[in-house]
Amino acid sequence: MGRSNASRNSNNYEIIKEGEKVSEKIKEYPGHALKAEDFKEGKVLTTKWRPNAKYAWSAGIAVSRFLKELKNGKIIARKCNKCGRIMVPPRMFCEWCFKPTDEWVYVKDTGRIVTYSISYISAERGRLEKPMVVAVIAIDGASENMGILHKVEGVDIEEAKAGKLFGMRVKAVWKPPEEREGAITDIMYFKPLEGEG
Amino acid sequence: MLIKKRVAVVGAGMTLFRRRMLETGREMCWEAAKMALDSAGLTLKDIDCVVLGTAPDAFDGQHMKGEYLLDGAGAWRKPYVRVYVGGGTGVFVPIAGWWHVASGLFDTCLVIGEEKMSPCHPHPQYAFSTIWDPILTRPLEPNLIWIFALEMHRYMHKYGIKKEDIALVAVKNKRNALDHPCAQIPAKITVEDVLNSEVLVWPVQRLDISPVSDGAAAVVLCSEDVAKKVTDSPVWIDGVGWCLDSTYWTNRELAYPKYVEYAARMAYKMAGIHNPPKEIDVAEVYDPFDYKELHHMEGLQLARKGEAPKLTKEGVTQRDGDLPINPSGGLLGVGNPIGAAGMMKVCEIFWQLRGEAGKRQVPDARTGLAQAWGDLMQVGTVIIMRS
Amino acid sequence: MRKVAIIGVGSTEIRSTTPDVSYKEMMFEAATKAYEEAGIDPRKDVDSFITSAEDYWEGYSIFDEFVPDQLGAVLKPVFTVSADGLFGIINAYMQIRTGLIDIAVVEAHSKASDMLTFEGIVAFALDPIYNRPLGGHPFYIAGLEMMRYLCETDTTLEECAMVVVKNKKNALDNPYAAFGAKITVEDVLNSEPMFHPLKRLEISPLADGAIVMVLAAEEVAKRLTDTPIWVKGVGWCSDTPQLESRDWGRAIYAEISAKMAYKMAKITQPQKEIDLVEIDDKFSYKELQHMEALGLCERGEAGILLREGATQRDGDLPVNPSGGSLGCGNLLEADGLKKAMELVLQLRGEAGKRQVPDAKTGVAQVWRGIPTATGAVVILSREY
Repeated sequence: MGRSNASRNSNNYEIIKEGEKVSEKIKEYPGHALKAEDFKEGKVLTTKWRPNAKYAWSAGIAVSRFLKELKNGKIIARKCNKCGRIMVPPRMFCEWCFKPTDEWVYVKDTGRIVTYSISYISAERGRLEKPMVVAVIAIDGASENMGILHKVEGVDIEEAKAGKLFGMRVKAVWKPPEEREGAITDIMYFKPLEGEG
Repeated sequence: MLIKKRVAVVGAGMTLFRRRMLETGREMCWEAAKMALDSAGLTLKDIDCVVLGTAPDAFDGQHMKGEYLLDGAGAWRKPYVRVYVGGGTGVFVPIAGWWHVASGLFDTCLVIGEEKMSPCHPHPQYAFSTIWDPILTRPLEPNLIWIFALEMHRYMHKYGIKKEDIALVAVKNKRNALDHPCAQIPAKITVEDVLNSEVLVWPVQRLDISPVSDGAAAVVLCSEDVAKKVTDSPVWIDGVGWCLDSTYWTNRELAYPKYVEYAARMAYKMAGIHNPPKEIDVAEVYDPFDYKELHHMEGLQLARKGEAPKLTKEGVTQRDGDLPINPSGGLLGVGNPIGAAGMMKVCEIFWQLRGEAGKRQVPDARTGLAQAWGDLMQVGTVIIMRS
Repeated sequence: MRKVAIIGVGSTEIRSTTPDVSYKEMMFEAATKAYEEAGIDPRKDVDSFITSAEDYWEGYSIFDEFVPDQLGAVLKPVFTVSADGLFGIINAYMQIRTGLIDIAVVEAHSKASDMLTFEGIVAFALDPIYNRPLGGHPFYIAGLEMMRYLCETDTTLEECAMVVVKNKKNALDNPYAAFGAKITVEDVLNSEPMFHPLKRLEISPLADGAIVMVLAAEEVAKRLTDTPIWVKGVGWCSDTPQLESRDWGRAIYAEISAKMAYKMAKITQPQKEIDLVEIDDKFSYKELQHMEALGLCERGEAGILLREGATQRDGDLPVNPSGGSLGCGNLLEADGLKKAMELVLQLRGEAGKRQVPDAKTGVAQVWRGIPTATGAVVILSREY
């Protein structure tokens, strides 16, 4: 293979001398940047494609039951008898013990806020009209820190910004039974539990 | 079992990182790979195998993206594989390259990280919606930043860290990036600028995060015998580590990245490092958000839990400090093409350890570390290099 | 040189659809079986986990996010290889040879039934500028290749149909097969024309299934099992993704992968030294094309060997005794792992009615399917 100062077959490579700093030889880093206007003004040739990629995911045993119970206005978890954890979202295997989980356990629809954030933007990066609070809520009745992701409403945004919502007790607000579909959105959001610290 | 074969990095190259590049993904791979080969004085004929790292196919708009990019990556009729761990890919791909050579199967390996995020419309952000669980999370229509804001807020709450302390990282890195020739958004900003910037998802503001980028970076790996023939100053890969945590991130304590700790320990063990803050001379720590640099410093055992902000405030992590972190300018300053960002860090450590980092040079850098992170706040990938 | 062996395999049923279980539950089942066979606890004993997956087959981006829990891999080294399960085996092999890893687990699965628009997803892999705008179901590419192959090698349509007959018949004896059947050459040639000259029965139908395999370094393998199956050689190669610059008649990716693997396994006369072969038959003609690429016969002779019965289970060189993808189902990225699994069962003497007598060395070869020209080869043996 030769030493770094050997010449190559092609004439395009400069001979690199011993001790020479190769990165300092690079005069120009490759790449041409474009601006958004270049596309609008047609300065660049583009092609568009909308992918036709549709899926119907099998929810499986655990999540199917979870969704079914949501339709009934309940939250269900799975228990592993070896480590004793009550897990939500439920799963048919315990990832710590690596064994099948053992029982279905109903848990409450109340919980504590473990962490939260306040979104001013949508999934597509547009601005939201009203800021939205999202949180990880540790569900009462499940093991410690077993949280689910959901929205929170009815809180004061300035209090939220000041970090006051950590540990706050909240309760799920459900869609009316006839509107529930068996989806995570059957819970519309969580709201602060009045009168409890 | 003792690892017998040593592997060295002998060349590195990268393209500019920009919001939208004219070059296609293939062309960017080619540019980075060619630069890496040229810098090592090698040609594609000298390369035995190729490993490519690139993150979600959804950005480029190409299923089996690895196949599509392979001829730009120099992999035509060679053993080629694409590896993938989300954002951790950039540091993981040289790890995969490492085992190609350390296994004894190959003498040389070309390692490339690439990402072309700009094709995704209406905004590359939207492609991120497909990384969430489609049944339990997506119906809530989350934006990526919501979720990382949850982690940032938990970290702040648990250790009592204020936004001003975190903003110092953005200030440092964007300033460091002024000396990086490929940087996308280098800038001289102040903590106030960060705190006054547009609130995206509290507590994350615009200047807290890295941009969307296109870019590619590459390195050439050689086995010990070949490395010594090719160059006088090979940079040895002495430690590798990677670790993935549970999918169920809502069940995890987000204030501390255990998976980064485990990946780091795996790498430290292999490299024989017992006291990381003393033995590491320079570190490129993954910083897609400013708080992540602090979060990861703690995971990497470079700072005690909750104390990384203190080190930053004291100037320890500046280029002339005791433990320079992100002398390149990191993702915050140079840019974040997901699969290539970690590779940019690996290239930076390579140049630092060779004394070729120009104005960014950290004095006396002998042992360097690069780390990346990704997935649902799940994966840590760590590589340790020594000159 | 550190030797590597397969010490455990687990698989779910292979079915055309699995609406009752999620891919997570399938992976858990396969993993549990594999770990049980290998006698290991993934939480303690396994150093590395590899999943072989592509985002768009799953419908999720960054698929490795969703993998660790059901494999017992939480807080352990895990990564995705964006390729077929054989590439997973190959990377596990390299990892173990470095000395860093002692036990590695490889997983691959297909949940093809979750995809509603399969051809749309395959089309999404085509070149966006030159190929996608032409529209149509991308499998026309297989039709083009088949025409060229038949033309260059004088292989006949009947011979291609015979591949389907053989493989579907073999699959009847395979509990891990979804599409076993007793059909005739006429049935195949009379089935619906799909992508000329391919007929419907010549295209492997999609199936669901999950497979997990455990690999270990020599000293560990010998401690854990009496029947380690050794990885003797590996090879992999990618030809150009560009349709326009391909050699349409030959499977060059398979030729190069095979050469690399044979060299490593020190095999100089494949026809003599190999006892059985599990090669890619996603389309009928591919089995013949790959036989030639693997050097199992001269170019143009694969059809002849088939006619002579040499590739039947009781022939001189059994090809696809499992039934291949035509008989078992196309498992997408799990295809290669399924082939390796068949070899493991055969080499251990555990293949039941499918058993090839006295099987010592086998070759598994896979192609990644339309529109790629990428493949891999793994050579397994019960002796070292």
